[in-house]
Amino acid sequence: MLGKTANGLYWMYRSFERAENTARLIETGQRIALTRLESGEEEWRSVLQSAGSLVQFETARGALNKEAAIDWLLRDRANPSSVLSSIEAARQNARLVRTALTHEVWEATNAAYMSAREVLARKVAERDLPGVLGTMRQRAALVRGMTHGTMLRNDIYNFARLGTFLERADNTARILDVKYYVLLPSASAVGTSLDNVQWETILRSVSARGGFRMEYGAGAGPREIAQFLILDKRMPRSLAFCVGKLSDNLRYLQRRSMRPGPAQTKALHIERTYLSHDIDAVFEFGLHEYIQKVLWLLTELSGQIETDFRFHE
Amino acid sequence: MEKTPNFDEMWGSDARLRAPYQQFHDWLTGEEPRRLRAKQREAEELFRLTGITFNVYGRSEAEERLIPFDIIPRIISDREWARVTRGIEQRVRAINAFLHDIYHGQEILKAGRIPKEMISRNPAFEPRMIGVSPPGGIYTHIVGTDLVRTGPDDFFVLEDNARTPSGVSYMLENRETMMQMFPELFSHNRVRDVQSYPADLRRSLSACAPDATDGKPVVAVLTPGIYNSAFYEHAFLADQMSVDLVEGHDLRVVDGRVAMRTIHGYKPIDVLYRRVDDDFLDPLNFNPDSQLGVPGIMDVYRAGGITIANAPGTGIADDKAIYSYMPEIVEFYTGERPILKDVPTWRCSETEHLAYVLDNLEDLVVKEVHGSGGYGMLIGPTATRKDLAAFRRKLKARPANYIAQPTLSLSTVPILARQGMAPRHVDLRPFVLVSPGGIKVTSGGLTRVALKNGSMVVNSSQGGGTKDTWVLED
Repeated sequence: MLGKTANGLYWMYRSFERAENTARLIETGQRIALTRLESGEEEWRSVLQSAGSLVQFETARGALNKEAAIDWLLRDRANPSSVLSSIEAARQNARLVRTALTHEVWEATNAAYMSAREVLARKVAERDLPGVLGTMRQRAALVRGMTHGTMLRNDIYNFARLGTFLERADNTARILDVKYYVLLPSASAVGTSLDNVQWETILRSVSARGGFRMEYGAGAGPREIAQFLILDKRMPRSLAFCVGKLSDNLRYLQRRSMRPGPAQTKALHIERTYLSHDIDAVFEFGLHEYIQKVLWLLTELSGQIETDFRFHE
Repeated sequence: MEKTPNFDEMWGSDARLRAPYQQFHDWLTGEEPRRLRAKQREAEELFRLTGITFNVYGRSEAEERLIPFDIIPRIISDREWARVTRGIEQRVRAINAFLHDIYHGQEILKAGRIPKEMISRNPAFEPRMIGVSPPGGIYTHIVGTDLVRTGPDDFFVLEDNARTPSGVSYMLENRETMMQMFPELFSHNRVRDVQSYPADLRRSLSACAPDATDGKPVVAVLTPGIYNSAFYEHAFLADQMSVDLVEGHDLRVVDGRVAMRTIHGYKPIDVLYRRVDDDFLDPLNFNPDSQLGVPGIMDVYRAGGITIANAPGTGIADDKAIYSYMPEIVEFYTGERPILKDVPTWRCSETEHLAYVLDNLEDLVVKEVHGSGGYGMLIGPTATRKDLAAFRRKLKARPANYIAQPTLSLSTVPILARQGMAPRHVDLRPFVLVSPGGIKVTSGGLTRVALKNGSMVVNSSQGGGTKDTWVLED
C-alpha cells in the first residue's frame, strides 16, 4: 500500500470519528443547557474545551453564547473540527483513497457528505437540532457499518482502525481532561444533584450511560466512572479499549518484522505502564497529571505511526 | 418529433424508424412520459451518489459538477460497427508506425509526403524521443478516436486523441446506470459488453511491460491530483484495474527504476499509465517548475526501466495540423486506402488555403491547431458578425495557428427534453487499446450530445451531455 493511501485512510476515519464525537458533545451540551442546573455559558465553555477549540472559537467568534457555540461546532468551516468540516475532510480523504475502499463504503461516505452539505447549509434552528444531530450520527454510523460489513481485514482496514481509535482515545481523554475535577474523590459533597448532573454529562458525552448502569447500577460514584472510562476493556470508548485496539492493529501491520516497530512499542508502553493497573493507582498518580500524560503519549504515538508507515515523504 | 435536415440515427432522413431502434421503439411507446422523467431524475441521483463528477477549472475546490446524462440510448448495429472498428484499427496501426518513423528514420519526410517543417517546427514534436524505442514498440497504448456521422455509413474522424484521452469512466458508468434503471431493455436487446474495459486495459498495459520487469508487471496510474478535472476518472480506473493511484510526490527514482513509496518502503513500477501531460512528466527533462512529475523518469524510460503510457511525444500524431495529412499517413504505412473518412482541412499556414478560408469564413469551422475542449474555435454559420471579424484578425495575425474545416451536418439522436423527444447532435469517442498482442476497440464508446437545440458543441465544459451507446449483436 502507498504511504499516501495509509495517510488518507487514517485521516478519513479520524475525521468521521471526530464528526461523530463533536455531534455527541453538542448533544450533551444542549441537554445540560436544557436542565438549567448550571450556568449555560460555563457548560458550553467546557464543551468547547473538550472539543479542543475554545481558543479558536474566542478568536473567531468572540463572545460565548449557546447559539454561537452550537453553530461553531456544527457547521463553521473556520473550525476544522466542526461536524461539517470533519465530514468534508473525511470525504476529501476518501476521494484520495477511493481505490482502497469498497463501493459501499465510498457511497456511504459520499451520501454522508451530501447530506451534511444539505442539512448544514444554513444555521440550524433549535427545534431542528436533535433531528440534524441524529442524521449526522446515523450517516457516520452507516460508514462504520459498511466498513465492518464489506471491507477486507487487511492493511487497509488496519489504517482505518488506527485512525478511528486514535481519535476516539484522544476524545475520551480530552473529555476527562476538562472534567477531571468532578471525578476527584476529594470532592466534598458526594452525590449532590450538581454532581449527579456532571457525572451524567461525562457519561453522555461518551455514550456510556447505558453500559455504566448495566455494570454498576444506579448508586455508583466518580471512582467507578473513572474506572469505567479509563480502564474498562469492555467499554468501546475507554482509553484501555482504544489503546488495546491500536496495539492489535499495529501488531498486525508489523507482523512480518521480527521485532515490534517504534509505533507498536509506544502503544505497548502506554498499555503496560498506564492502562494495566487499577483506578487507585491512577488517583495516586494524580488524575489530572495522568490524563495529561496519556494525551501527550497519544499525540506522540500518532506522529510515530505517520513516520513508521511513510505517510509523508 | 421535430424534423431536422440531418441524418437522425433513430428516424433516418425520411422519418422511417431505423432497424437498430426497432426493439427500443416498441418499449418506448409503452412507457409513460412521467415515468421516464422520473427515471431521468433517478439517473442523476445515482451519478451524484457515485460521485462521478468533474472539477471545473478556475472554480473553488468545492465546485464539482455532474455531466448531464440522457437516458435515451444511442444504438448502432453490428454491421455498421464492424466497419468502423476496421477503420479505427487501420488508423491506429498507421499512427504507431508514423510515430516510430518520425522518431527514427523519418521515411515519410524523405518520401516528401509531409513537409519537413511540419515536424521540425511543430511544438508537439519531442526531440527527446528521437531514437527511443518504447517497450513492445507501442507509442499509443490508449487512443480515443473522435468520430462524427453524417449518414448510415458515413463516419468521419474528427480527432485522433493520442495523448491522454479521457471519458472512458463515463462510458462505463453510463452503462452501469442504464442496466440498473432499465434491466428489461437489456433482456430484449443484445447489447455488446463494454464492462470488460478496465480488465482489458490492465492486460494491454501489462503486455507492454519493459524488460526490467521482474515477475508480474506492476502497473500504476499517475494523476496530477485531486483538483484535476478528471481526478474521478483516474481514481475510477485505478480502482477498477486494482492498481495503485499515484501522484508525483509518491514516486522517485531508486536504483535506476521508478518506485512508489509504500508503507513498507519503495517498490518499482513497471508500467505507468500517466494522466499527466508530457510537459509536467519530468521536471529534470521538461518543465522545471512541475510538481506533478518525477525527476529523472525520462532517463529511466530511455534506459528501458519503465513503460510510460502513452509514450511522450505522441502529440505529434494528433496535432490538428498533422491531421490534414492523415489520409497520406494511413496510405504510406498500411498501403491501403483509409476506411474512415477525414474531414477536408485547410491549413491556414498555406497562403492559398488562408485566402480560401478568409473568403468562406461564414461556412467554415476554424480551430486552433493546439486547442482542445471546444475552446478558441469559431463556428462560421452560427457566429455573429463581430465574432467573424475578430477571427479574421486572428487568422491574419497568426495563420499557422489555425486550421479550417467545412461544417458537417452531424447526425442527431433523440434526447428526452422537457417537451418530449427532441433530436440533438452527437459525436462518438470509442476507446482503443494497443499492445503487441493486438488492437482492441470498445463496442461503442462515449457518445457526447449537444443538449442545446441546434448546437454542435458537445464538450462537457460547454453544455454537452452524454448517452449510453449500444452496439447490438446480430
